[in-house]
Amino acid sequence: MEEVRIGVFVCDCGSNIAGFLDVPEVVTYARTLPNVVFAKENLYSCSETGITEIKNGVKENNLTRVVVASCTPRTHEPTFRSACVEADLNPFYFEMVNIREHCSWVHMQDREKATDKAKDLVRIGVAKAALLEAQESIVANVNTRVLVIGGGVAGLTAAVSFSRRGFEVVLIEKERKPGGRLNDLYMLYPYNIKASDVIEQKISDATSSPLIEIHTSSVIKSVKGYVGNYEVCVDVDDGKSLDISCGVIVVATGASVLEPWGLYNYDGQNIITQLELEKRLKRGDLSVGSIVMVQCVGARIEKRNYCSKICCMTAIKNATLIKEANSGTNIFILYEDIQCYGVEGEALLRKAKEVGVRFVNCDTAKPPAMGDRSIKVYHQALGREVELRYDLLVLSTPMIAREDATALSRLLRVPTDESGFFLEAHVKLRPIDFATDGIYLCGSAHWPADVRESISQAMGAVARASIHLTRGFVEVDPIVSTLADEDLCVGCGLCAALCPYGAIEIIETPKGKKANMISVACKGCGVCGSTCYHRAIKMNHFSNEQISAQIAAVAGS
Amino acid sequence: MNKGFEPNIVGFACNWCSYAGADLAGTSRIKYPPNIKIIRVMCTGRVTPAFILKSFQNGADGVLVAGCHPGDCHYIAGNLKCEKIMDVVKRLVGILGIGKERLRLEWVSASEGGRFADVVTEFTEQVRELGPLSGKSQG
Ligand code: SF4
Ligand code: SF4
Ligand code: FES
Repeated sequence: MEEVRIGVFVCDCGSNIAGFLDVPEVVTYARTLPNVVFAKENLYSCSETGITEIKNGVKENNLTRVVVASCTPRTHEPTFRSACVEADLNPFYFEMVNIREHCSWVHMQDREKATDKAKDLVRIGVAKAALLEAQESIVANVNTRVLVIGGGVAGLTAAVSFSRRGFEVVLIEKERKPGGRLNDLYMLYPYNIKASDVIEQKISDATSSPLIEIHTSSVIKSVKGYVGNYEVCVDVDDGKSLDISCGVIVVATGASVLEPWGLYNYDGQNIITQLELEKRLKRGDLSVGSIVMVQCVGARIEKRNYCSKICCMTAIKNATLIKEANSGTNIFILYEDIQCYGVEGEALLRKAKEVGVRFVNCDTAKPPAMGDRSIKVYHQALGREVELRYDLLVLSTPMIAREDATALSRLLRVPTDESGFFLEAHVKLRPIDFATDGIYLCGSAHWPADVRESISQAMGAVARASIHLTRGFVEVDPIVSTLADEDLCVGCGLCAALCPYGAIEIIETPKGKKANMISVACKGCGVCGSTCYHRAIKMNHFSNEQISAQIAAVAGS
Repeated sequence: MNKGFEPNIVGFACNWCSYAGADLAGTSRIKYPPNIKIIRVMCTGRVTPAFILKSFQNGADGVLVAGCHPGDCHYIAGNLKCEKIMDVVKRLVGILGIGKERLRLEWVSASEGGRFADVVTEFTEQVRELGPLSGKSQG
């Protein structure tokens, strides 16, 4: 076995560390630790001079491991790893000990205790350093073909944007024709653009592109692989199955609209949803004297506690259009709260009031009651119940997650939220990525979105996905899990089930079922390593042995 | 009763939230007792029952595991997996006579420097009250 020769560099950080603990004493102590052949004080380890001192220290003393006791690895580890590389040492032969944020700065009042703790921390770091292993970063090629799931406005936009960047796209649509929800819609707020104009343009852009291959009446059957190299099997329209290799996947499957059976005597005839009203407006067969619309039907209740965001604007837009076409129509909108965010939303609300749409604020505690062709509602402003007659009752129901979203989420191994919508990696930092690398989401599959939002999200998803496609390769930090001992693995699959990134698959081998680690997909959380009861898995750079050595060193002064 | 006793405390902190919270306590110069020694892991999901038991065997009087708040784990839900495991380990250290008060799981975010210091201070005092673990039966 190679000899382990550890060098310890203790940083003064000017007076940030040296001002509150005895650095020379820590250096002297470090020299007494096992495997330490060299220890030195740096005025500023991360400065040009400090880095040179470290590199010279490595060269002159044939160091095989480097420990720097200074500040937090969260900011400075990369700097010192590079120094190791420049000194011809593997960057993972480096260990950092935090004696500033975790010591000198929080124990300023007690120099002696701070010094003692710094020694403890150095001892713990040295214990780990002795067991460090070299790691090579993991690189995999990226297939530049793209799979887009869903042929609505979001999916079509994504497909067209990818093709304009020169990438081949396979678009999978479940229905018999592309277009999605927009096929049903009449006009789009806020500027009353015809939905058919928008979607026809998108469809013609997509179908005329030689780079886009569209499959309708098609359903995803299985997904294997990882970022850069996905293998997807699809059942296509003619009953055959199609294998698609692709590097990234965009989920643009949209949402459903709640059909409120059991609420307000919904019958789909005279009592319809806002979506059914859109369809009638589109067909142009609407002639009624009185319309009452009810907002938040089946939404913002205990079971479905969210606001679907687009229904207020849709109701206001439809009411205004009807009123403008025929000012004789009576229209009431019953609401608890109105959500018309943005300048345009407010303007539309004002316009609706101007053209004579009447808004009635209801009390949640006194919900509207059904009469015969009438609805009775407690009018908050009047302080009494009023009875409104209608020819058509229109219920604004929320968008809900598609029923098949759960199945797709399982195939892709990506999460959904408590309402069944797909869940992004991070609400602010990564709003259109899934946590799994190489899979992105846009449109109402994520959360009720209007057309404008769906389009911007789709373009965003394309931009995010293109990072991998244009680079052509993915490079992964080698802090990943490895199957250290294949013989110990019994193929139980616990690790694969717990991995949040689908980075483990169970495969058949000549020795039976075994775990197979897909290193490029692994993020290094360590969950698999800590759950494998057979100790078959090893976590690079955070191994059981390394952490155990740190634990033993806590006490072992 | 335990005057003069300085407990030895092992802390496991996840890289993304609690280790960063401890860093913030540092940059904000918030004082806390020096008894804790932090071992960095990428996620609390990495912490095994063996690590906890080894810590007690190796002379720790208390073990603090600190991770991201539920919903904030960098790896989606490693913290919740850890919570389940810690529930079991707590029972185990109870049975072993170590005492489940010596094991603590806390959520500390990267922005909670003050909270990190409070948690450590409070836990250190609790363990100080409990007294040294060595001298008791350790199984
Ligand atoms: S948990 Fe361990 S034994 Fe089970 S499949 Fe995974 S590696 Fe193999
Ligand atoms: S370390 Fe985490 S991400 Fe990597 S394979 Fe294990 S469970 Fe999956
Ligand atoms: S990353 Fe902090 S608990 Fe998982």
